[in-house]
Amino acid sequence: MMEMSLSERATSLEGVYSRAMPWEPGTAQPPKRIEDALWLFFSDEEACLVEAIVDRLIPSDDLGPGGKDAGCAVFIDRQLAGPYGRGAGNYVSGPFSPGTITQGYQEAASPAERYRAGLREVDRYVKAMFGGRGFPELAPNEQDHVLSNLESGIAHPLTGVCAKEFFKLILKNTMEGFFADPVYGGNRNMIGWKLVGFPGARYDYRDWVERHNEPYPFPPVGIMGSPEWKG
Amino acid sequence: MAKKLPPKDVVIVGLGWTGSILAHELSAAGLEVVAIERGPWRDTATDFPPSYSADELRYVHRNDLVLRPDQETITFRHNCNEQALPIRSFGGFLPGNGVGGAGLHWNGQTFRFLPSDFRIRSHLEERYGKSFLPDEMTIQDWPISYDELEPHYDRFEKLCGTSGKAGNLRGEKQPGGNPFEGWRSSEYPNPPLKQGLGATIFASAARNTGHSPFFGPASNCSEAYVNPLGIKLGQCTYCGFCEKFGCGNYSKASPQTCILPALMRYPNFSLRTESRVTKINLDGDGRRATGVTFVDTSGEAWEQPADLVLLCAFSLFNVQLLLLSGIGKPYNPQTGMGVVGRNFAYQTIGGVTVILKDKILNPFIATGAHGMFVDDYNADNFDHSKLGFVGGGYLGAGQTGGRPIQVRPVPSGTPNWGSQWKKATAETYQRAYTLMSHGSSYTYRDRYLDLDPTYNDRLGRPLLRLTFDFHENEVKMSQYLTDRLADIARAMDPAEIEAKPRKAPYDTNIYQSTHLCGGTAMGTSPDTSVVNRFCQSWDVPNIFIPGGASVFPQQHGYPPTGTVGALAYWTAEAIRTRYLKTPRQLI
Amino acid sequence: MRALITIGLMAVATMAAVAQESQDSDQIERGRYVSILGDCSACHTKPGGRPFAGGIALRTPFGTILASNITPDKETGIGTWTEAEFISAVRDGRGHNGTRLYPAMPYTAYTKMSDDDVVALRAYMRTVVPVRNRVDANQLPFPYNIRLALAGWNLLNFRSSRFEADPTKSPDWNRGAYLVQGPGHCGTCHTPKTVIGSDKVSSALSGGVLIGWFAPSLTTDVRTGVGGWSQDEIEQYLKHGANVWTIASGPMAEVVSRSTSQMTDRDVAAIALYLKQSGITGKSSDSALISLDEPMMRVGAILYKDNCAACHKDNGTGERLLFPRLAGSPSVQSDNPTTLARVVLQGARAGSTSQFPTAPAMPAFDWRLNDAQIAAVLTYIRNSWGNAAPPVSVGSIEAQRKALATSAYRYP
Repeated sequence: MMEMSLSERATSLEGVYSRAMPWEPGTAQPPKRIEDALWLFFSDEEACLVEAIVDRLIPSDDLGPGGKDAGCAVFIDRQLAGPYGRGAGNYVSGPFSPGTITQGYQEAASPAERYRAGLREVDRYVKAMFGGRGFPELAPNEQDHVLSNLESGIAHPLTGVCAKEFFKLILKNTMEGFFADPVYGGNRNMIGWKLVGFPGARYDYRDWVERHNEPYPFPPVGIMGSPEWKG
Repeated sequence: MAKKLPPKDVVIVGLGWTGSILAHELSAAGLEVVAIERGPWRDTATDFPPSYSADELRYVHRNDLVLRPDQETITFRHNCNEQALPIRSFGGFLPGNGVGGAGLHWNGQTFRFLPSDFRIRSHLEERYGKSFLPDEMTIQDWPISYDELEPHYDRFEKLCGTSGKAGNLRGEKQPGGNPFEGWRSSEYPNPPLKQGLGATIFASAARNTGHSPFFGPASNCSEAYVNPLGIKLGQCTYCGFCEKFGCGNYSKASPQTCILPALMRYPNFSLRTESRVTKINLDGDGRRATGVTFVDTSGEAWEQPADLVLLCAFSLFNVQLLLLSGIGKPYNPQTGMGVVGRNFAYQTIGGVTVILKDKILNPFIATGAHGMFVDDYNADNFDHSKLGFVGGGYLGAGQTGGRPIQVRPVPSGTPNWGSQWKKATAETYQRAYTLMSHGSSYTYRDRYLDLDPTYNDRLGRPLLRLTFDFHENEVKMSQYLTDRLADIARAMDPAEIEAKPRKAPYDTNIYQSTHLCGGTAMGTSPDTSVVNRFCQSWDVPNIFIPGGASVFPQQHGYPPTGTVGALAYWTAEAIRTRYLKTPRQLI
Repeated sequence: MRALITIGLMAVATMAAVAQESQDSDQIERGRYVSILGDCSACHTKPGGRPFAGGIALRTPFGTILASNITPDKETGIGTWTEAEFISAVRDGRGHNGTRLYPAMPYTAYTKMSDDDVVALRAYMRTVVPVRNRVDANQLPFPYNIRLALAGWNLLNFRSSRFEADPTKSPDWNRGAYLVQGPGHCGTCHTPKTVIGSDKVSSALSGGVLIGWFAPSLTTDVRTGVGGWSQDEIEQYLKHGANVWTIASGPMAEVVSRSTSQMTDRDVAAIALYLKQSGITGKSSDSALISLDEPMMRVGAILYKDNCAACHKDNGTGERLLFPRLAGSPSVQSDNPTTLARVVLQGARAGSTSQFPTAPAMPAFDWRLNDAQIAAVLTYIRNSWGNAAPPVSVGSIEAQRKALATSAYRYP
């Protein structure tokens, strides 16, 4: 059989492949770098509230910086401003019925919509409970108390928002922000990875598999590199 | 009105594992073959190179390589009394999409079913009596034997470069292998993977408690390898980004790394991507398929005529396509009549998390299918007479990574956030290991697939509806397996252990494998199966479902892919040697 | 290929009698083989297009030229050309009515072809299916569109001369020399060019830049040429597109698939023999090994480990048939880092042959590494594991990145 050359692609129709493995330069899809700039989704007040929340969910302590310094709020902001926030890819046709919890999320609201409503309600709840003071103005132990109430579902009334579910969402996103690759805006300086000793986006451990009980000595690396990459 | 394309000999619906194997076999036989794939072209260097494949957020939590529910999903209910609701965001299982299918982002576990699995009902009835099995259980013997399928298991493993150590070579037990496995005609094509500390400690504990640990058979190449198609695979680098990820350095078996480079060289093969097959077309009598209709990205409908139609979609969507095309008798759970959608099975997965004392486990050093496992409690390898259930599974230590968004165990009772959480997370990460019990999922009258009456996909077609929950048999089995696993775990000298057997109700939010099986079972009779022993439709002889997991009459205690690959080769051989010369109903 | 011959032979009957030229099927088959040796389709057949119908855009330093339609079509091809005109075009760069051809048509190499070969080639080309495809051959900007200027160019650079065998060498050596210097026209890419685009004869086969790739040296130099490859390895590469060192990619992958993989084993062996024993020693710039302590090397080492080692390994040995070997690689140690820079920036897919079908691809790093980082990691691989080569400048990466962004040449 004649050898096929790379250029012998019969692709007169888009999406039809024949005769060779295709190759187009520039078709890679790396993640887009997050610019540390203004908030894209949150208003200033929402941002303030979220920063305060993530800073209690993951506090600053002797183990290292907390959620705010890690950029968790920036992460969540960028996620909500993008396809995740829109609920892109989800099945959003009706009719909508609540179902059992094990049947999965059954509401129409996207994550972005859930945050708008959730943050608004949490703010109202806190102000009602603390005589007009907002969450960022509370003392840490008061903030923790609020978060515990949300987590357990005691917090009410939250109009149209399930406290438990909203807390789960923001906790999940905070953890994502803390441990995801720094390219997404969180895990600044890889502090989440350094907390647990995860080497990040490394791809070759052949020499280390059988070195049992030995700490892995190389610093973490992200998709966009590490400080060591600068000359 | 669909525009008609020039006819082909074969049209293949879906280009995952089975589609790729059949496409290659039949293109090599000189036929004009076209594959139609719903999703996009996917290739290593442009879609998942090492430079950005190691991204837990994107591939695990944003499901980037997985089917999007807005393109296709299913509705789910636990039983007939519940309203089925759409799975709006995949969680419990992750169907593939695109060239390679789920074979692109699987772990690589490549087990064979046991000889007794292939005659499971007969075997259990012989041993325990006919009344031992619950009435509503509908497991059935396979219409083929292990011995018949063995050469095809061998072929698939050689295609993949599977790494492992044989336990039974041509009837002779081999030290270091699985003493329970069925006989093998040859050793694994690659030696076993190297094992980390966690699996090594588990293996010791298993041995010390009287079990027989063996190396997990892994289609992650322990050494660089050239497969029978002349395609080269790389050496696995234990990167810890395996399941749900594409492999960046050609070391995980997939259609991409094992078949496509050879397949694409055939001038008689072509592929259409981003095209959704909406229907299999039949002639006036309904006894012969004339081809398929598909819709491209612009919404335009096309007709692809062909002499032979191969259904190679993900298991669920094989069932859906048959139902939507009016092929075969849909299953009715009330009457027990009909077969399409009958015998749905899943997998019953439990686990035990151990937190060891003072160990550096480096959990991020991992592959998808490495590990040490025991089969002492799989299938009928142990006496069930006083246990009150049937079935079993493998137990073992095969943690696939330490990606910290998901994998950051803490001692039970630790808060989910705050300083205590932070401290516990930092202190536990290197010491924790998650063991698994991977149990069978037998089939029942009331666990099935049909079309949903309410919800449609974006082309306006009814979604597939799944009615499923764990039966008492599976819950009991999982409890037992997890208890046995905990016994071994205790022998690992842990600081703490937490056992999590699988319980009902089935939770679609928690990932429990993508091993959805059944719905187009293979069997000896059209009353209890959709395809015959050659995976040929009883109703329309020029339709085959070559070995996808939808042809399983039940699911056994092993992941399905090894058997899926073997059945694909089995079917290919039947088509090549029996069907093509004289196309006809083979049974 | 078989189909082409069948159709071609059927078309023979419809040729008008321009001259009573031979229709000997052996000669036609010989001519078909000569067209493979000469790789005519590389320029004259558009990807996915009709054989020899022209239309490919060739980017030269002087502008873009379109390769002509050389099917026997009377109006748009060469159907009205005489045998003498055909031969003169191939060997002297003078076509129909004496029109001068641009040396993008490598007549300066084809001039060495024997009478038997060119006559056979002509016989074969007459059997190719005529295709109506008008190609505007005059695309170069002023003043290069003035073909008369080529007279001067030819005066300076061209001697019409046939290959002369060296009586002191074996028949196989001579065959190899003939193939390399003549129809194979290897020097068109592998010999550096003067500013006016002629071969730097004194640096024959020491490497050249063409269409954004550096074709490596084919001299016997161990570090930068084929001196470190065995004859077997050269044969494997030409016949099957890969050997223990590397896999053909970019333009060479096409040369393998269209030309060298279809040569006879004997011819491939002759080429390999000649290249090993050509006596063309080359002179790569003597390069002192750059110390690992240099800042560029220190950063390069880290970048290498984090970006490259998962495939090319910490020790640079790669994996044969998948990840080219960097340690000891002539490509890596080339004086000119154009190919290295290009492959790292844009990625590349290796070619596929029936023996070695894998066609793995190098992913792009242009989004991940900046110019300084690419310069550092390339300098590192050029000076590690026994390699020694000049450092790569940041400026050269910057220039290559710009060129790739604007290049209309979509060569994989």
